[in-house]
Amino acid sequence: MRYDATSANAIEAAGLIKRFGKTTALAGVDLVAREGRVLGVLGPNGAGKTTAVRILATLLRPDGGQARVCGYDVLRNAYQVRQLIGLTGQYASMDEGLSGTNNLIMIGRLLGLPRAQARARAAELLGRFELTDAAARTVKTYSGGMRRRLDLAASLVGRPRVLFLDEPTTGLDPRSRTDVWAMIRGLVADGVTVLLTTQYLDEADQLAHDIVVIDRGQVIATGTPDELKARTGGQVLLVAPSDPARLGEVATLLEALAGAEVVTDAGTDVVSAPVADKALLPRVVRELDDRGIELAEFTLRKPSLDEVFFTLTGHRAEDEDTQTRELEDTSR
Amino acid sequence: MTAVVAPAFPAPARRLGLRGGLRNTFTLTWRSVLKIRTNMEDLFGLLLQPIMYLLLFTYVFGGALAGGTHSYLQFSLPGILVLSVVFATLGTGMMLNQDITTGVFDRFRSLPIARWAPLAGAVLGDMIRYMTSVAVTLGFGMILGFRITASPLSAAAGCLLVLAFALAMCWFSALIGLMVKSAQGVQWFGFLVMFPLVFGSNLLVKTATMSGWLQAFVKVNPMTYLTEAERGLLTGGPAATPALRSLLWALGIFIVFAPLAVRVYRRKT
Repeated sequence: MRYDATSANAIEAAGLIKRFGKTTALAGVDLVAREGRVLGVLGPNGAGKTTAVRILATLLRPDGGQARVCGYDVLRNAYQVRQLIGLTGQYASMDEGLSGTNNLIMIGRLLGLPRAQARARAAELLGRFELTDAAARTVKTYSGGMRRRLDLAASLVGRPRVLFLDEPTTGLDPRSRTDVWAMIRGLVADGVTVLLTTQYLDEADQLAHDIVVIDRGQVIATGTPDELKARTGGQVLLVAPSDPARLGEVATLLEALAGAEVVTDAGTDVVSAPVADKALLPRVVRELDDRGIELAEFTLRKPSLDEVFFTLTGHRAEDEDTQTRELEDTSR
Repeated sequence: MTAVVAPAFPAPARRLGLRGGLRNTFTLTWRSVLKIRTNMEDLFGLLLQPIMYLLLFTYVFGGALAGGTHSYLQFSLPGILVLSVVFATLGTGMMLNQDITTGVFDRFRSLPIARWAPLAGAVLGDMIRYMTSVAVTLGFGMILGFRITASPLSAAAGCLLVLAFALAMCWFSALIGLMVKSAQGVQWFGFLVMFPLVFGSNLLVKTATMSGWLQAFVKVNPMTYLTEAERGLLTGGPAATPALRSLLWALGIFIVFAPLAVRVYRRKT
């Protein structure tokens, strides 16, 4: 299929399958990213997010299914796809032994820019990502946040139409995280389509127009952030009675009031319940007070990814990341 | 109105020609050279290793092995030239390995460049390292008193021969670098394979001084041919036969290991 100017989808993947030995990393994943929008791919470690990105960015061959970027097949037209994409990952990284400037000049030259233009583009991007002061230093001396910004700059040298960001903020401090978010918003304003993988619900919430939730190599939910939040109950209420003996009583009460399944943590003596409607809170307080249950804790917070998963799948998100990553390494 | 939206971006090129691939290769060669220049440890290693070998072997072994440092230097320098360059080929494997483990190769693969350019760029960049090694060994050797007694043309041929051999050996190193898990693995492999190969030869001592079974190995070791050829080309003496044998060895190593390395590299990409 040729590039179709009227097509509104920048990325289309259908039935992607990838196995590493006996482990199935992707068990038939479909996803669509609309042109000029941010698609958030949300999932715990080892869910298959990175594998999906590697396939879409032509780094990995799928065992089944197909994928197109701007209408170009990632297998048959990999060379065209590579001209259209930018990639920032946990893996695709910079040359530690070169300066920030030379890393970007190298990429510009590899993309066919004449020397002067490659130099100008490097300076422009370093300025944009606030790296001008560190431009001449070798990347070895960069902090985590600076590396991530340089990585992002590197993926933009060729002015990509589609940008893959694989966990762009994992391991960053809150300030650097907000910086990266602002940069992503700026890119989207310029018309770039972004596929963003993340473990953080709030990140997907902040940036994504559409979200795909992946677990164990399968898509378990798709929708806008609002749609997903509605499905997961919005917020979580944590209640801990002063007397741990009354934990069961609190759980039964909350279940009845929230009309949803609650989780009792016997280790910390806390009951957590999804709360869709904030009007529920005064009622809970009243009912607890009527029964004379004294409280050690009463907190409302946003649901964690764990809870989203619990609601969507009925099981906890497990940490399979290192295992899958190792399998991928050995089979490569 | 239902007008077709014009694409804001030009349609991507369909393929990259040979010229484009060569341009990619030169960019990556530039990168390798830049790395040597900016990385002080690497530069030191490249410059100091031949100097260290020359000083140690000449002054530690010279008196014992040849009864004098000057006569030993005339004998050993061609061998040290071979040793420096052959050990330098390990760098190719280590750099490739580092590029893979740090994700630099994945970055290259996501770019619209020739598939073979990163490999070709690495090898070409390393040729510049080997040339540096040859220049330092000869230059410092001459400061210590080594004299080229053969014709300049013959000496130039000697330099080219050792470089040609390195060009073949670096594919072997590249293959190892692509296969092992870490740069340390390359070093270990180098130690276990390169050490016996390099020192189990007539590189530093005369074959006649060794025991029978060792002589048998030394006599078929390509390092022996290469060293003999270098002695002939730099200080005079029969060079044609060992030079031809060295070239055949280099060709054989290249024919076996270059396609293997490319295959492993392609499977990874």
